[in-house]
Amino acid sequence: MRLQLALKDASIGAVVAALLFIPLVALRTDVGSAGALVLRYRWADAAILIGLVFLGRLALVLWTGRTGLRPSTSAGPWTQRLQQAGRLAAPAFLAFALVLPAIPGIDRYWLDLGILVLTYVMLGWGLNIVVGLAGLLDLGYVAFYAVGAYSYALLAQYFGLSFWVCLPLAGILAAFWGVLLGFPVLRLRGDYLAIVTLAFGEIIRVVLLNWVSLTGGPNGISGIPRPSFFGLPFSMAGGEGTFAGFFGLEPSSTHRVIFLYYLILALALLTNWVTIRLRRQPLGRAWEALREDEIACRALGINVTVTKLTAFALGAMFGGFAGAFFATRQAFISPESFTFIESAIILAIVVLGGLGSQIGVAVAALVLIGGTEIFRDLQEWRMLVFGGAMVVIMVLRPRGLVGTRTPSIALGKRRAIDGKLVGEGHG
Amino acid sequence: MTTPLLEVDCVSAGYGAVQALSDVSLQVMPGEIVTLIGANGAGKSTLLMTICGSPRPRAGRIILGGEDITGEATHLTMRRGVAQSPEGRRIFPRMSVQENLLMGAQALVKGDPTPQLEQVFALFPRLKERLGQRGGTLSGGEQQMLAIGRALMSKPRLLLLDEPSLGLAPLVVRQIFGAIRQLNESTGLTVLLVEQNANQALRLAHRGYVLVNGRITMEGVGHELLARPEIRDAYLGGGHG
Repeated sequence: MRLQLALKDASIGAVVAALLFIPLVALRTDVGSAGALVLRYRWADAAILIGLVFLGRLALVLWTGRTGLRPSTSAGPWTQRLQQAGRLAAPAFLAFALVLPAIPGIDRYWLDLGILVLTYVMLGWGLNIVVGLAGLLDLGYVAFYAVGAYSYALLAQYFGLSFWVCLPLAGILAAFWGVLLGFPVLRLRGDYLAIVTLAFGEIIRVVLLNWVSLTGGPNGISGIPRPSFFGLPFSMAGGEGTFAGFFGLEPSSTHRVIFLYYLILALALLTNWVTIRLRRQPLGRAWEALREDEIACRALGINVTVTKLTAFALGAMFGGFAGAFFATRQAFISPESFTFIESAIILAIVVLGGLGSQIGVAVAALVLIGGTEIFRDLQEWRMLVFGGAMVVIMVLRPRGLVGTRTPSIALGKRRAIDGKLVGEGHG
Repeated sequence: MTTPLLEVDCVSAGYGAVQALSDVSLQVMPGEIVTLIGANGAGKSTLLMTICGSPRPRAGRIILGGEDITGEATHLTMRRGVAQSPEGRRIFPRMSVQENLLMGAQALVKGDPTPQLEQVFALFPRLKERLGQRGGTLSGGEQQMLAIGRALMSKPRLLLLDEPSLGLAPLVVRQIFGAIRQLNESTGLTVLLVEQNANQALRLAHRGYVLVNGRITMEGVGHELLARPEIRDAYLGGGHG
C-alpha cells in the first residue's frame, strides 16, 4: 500500500521534473565555430536529475508515509533547542565571530567571507527594523546602502574627510533620505508601499548612474581612502607612523582585513544592540503595534507619522553605515553594486530568518551569503542551490527560521509566542 | 447647568461623495453614559471617528470640555483625555495581553502605569489570568475586555465604545455592560456608547440618541426611548419583545 503510494507519488514527481529539466538542462545552445548557435543535447544530465527526483520522492514517501513535507511554524526540534539555548546560542555565535580571525587556518579568504556575511547580517538587522518590527515592506533598502557608500566616497573625494568623520555623516544622510522616502509613503501599506519603495531604490541608482559629473556615472568612484586605525594608516611600508610600525609588527596586508572584520562586527553589533534596546522602549513597542494594527495605534493616541518616520530613518541609518563601510572596504564603488537584486537578497534574509527575529536574520544571512560562497565550486549550479534553499526553508518553515516572537515585556516568565498562533502578516 | 464634556454641534461628515452624517448634534454631560443607537450604515461609527478627527467634519464643531477640537489630529485629541475601544476591537493579535495594555498607556500616561493596570484587573480579573497570552488567542469576550481595558489605561475623561457587543454571546454582553456600569458608578467615567443592540444599550445608558441615515431622529432618557413604540418596532424585533 505504502509502496504503491510511493511509486505513484514518485512518478508524478518525475514527470514534473522532466517537464522542468528537459527544456532547462537537456537542451543547450552553444555558439558554434561559425558563430551560429548550435543545439547541444545533454540527455544524460537531465536523466540523472529526473532519476534523483524520482528516488528522492520515493525515499521520502516510504520513510514518512506521507506525500509532501509537513510545514511547521512552531518551534521545531532544532529551533526549539535554538530558542531554549538562545541565551547560549547567541553568545556562542558572538564568541565565534570574535575569535574567528585568531583561529589557525583562517586565512584571508575566510576573513573576506566573514566580512561579506557580517555586512549582510548588518543590512538584514537594519531592514528588520523597517520590515520586521514596523511592518513596512521596503523593497528599496539598497538605496540607503548606496547613499551611505556614495556619501563617504564623495565626501572623501571632494573634501578629503576621513572615514571616521564620514561614518556618522553617511548614517545621518541616509537617515535623512529615509525620512524623505517616508513622507510620501505615510499613507501607503502593503503592495502599494512595496511598489513605491522599489521605485525609490531605482531612482537613487539611476541618478547615481546618470549624474556623471558628480558620481562618475557607470565608471563609479575609485581610490576611496581606506580606514585608518585611529589615525594610523595600514601601510606595507611599515614606517614610524603606520599601524604595523606603531605596534612593532611585521607589516602585513592581513592587518587591514582583520581590522575591517572587527569594524563591521562592531557596526553589526551596534545595530543589534540598538534594535534590542528599542524593542523594549515605548518606541519599539509602538513599531510592533503599528505592524499589528495602524488604526488601533491611532486610537491609542500614538503619533503614527513619527513612529513610521523613525522606523524608516533608523533602518536607513544603519544601511548608510553599512554603505560607508562597503565603500571603504572596496575602495571602489559604482551603481552596479546597488541594483534591485541586493534589496531582494536583504529582504530574503529578513523573511527567511523570521520577521522581527534578530538571531534568525543572522542565521539566514550566514546560510544565504555564506552558503552561496561555499557552493562557488558548483559554478552554474550555485544559484540553483540558492533558490532551492529558499524554497526549502519556505516549505518547511513558512514563518522563517525563527517564527516565534518573544514578548518584549513580561511580569512572570518570558514566553515565546508560537509561530503557529501568529497571524499572517499583512504589512 | 454644567457644561457638557462633549458637544457635537451640527456636524456633517462623509467620505468622498458619500454624506454619512448630516447636521448631527449631541451632548454628553460629565459622568453620563450616553448611547447612540441605529441600524447598520446609519453613521454611528462615522460619528465616533469624526469626534476622533478622522474624517474631518465638513461642517459644524466638536467641543471637548469647552475647547474646540474640530479637525484636530487623532493622537492630539486622544491626549486630551479621550480613549476609544474601536469597532471590531482591534487588539494587537501577536502581542501579549500585557503588551496590549501597556500600549494603551504608553503614548498618554507619564510615569508608572501600574495603578491603571490594577484598575483594569479589578474590572476584568480575567485579563490578569491571561497576562502572558497572545492577544489573538483570547476569546471574543476577552478580546473586548482587553480593548476596553487598553482604552482605560490612559486614564480617560471620556470613553468612546464602538459596538462592544459585536459578535458576543448575550451572557458575555451582559458581563461587559455590567463592567461599563460599574466603571461609571465607581469612578464617574463619562461614556459614549455606540450600539446596534438597542435593548441592552438603552437599559444601560442614562440618555440615548437614535441615528437614522446620518440624522438624529430621536433623543431622550434611556428607558423612555426603550418604551417608545417606534423604537420597539425598528430595533427590538417588531414589538413582540
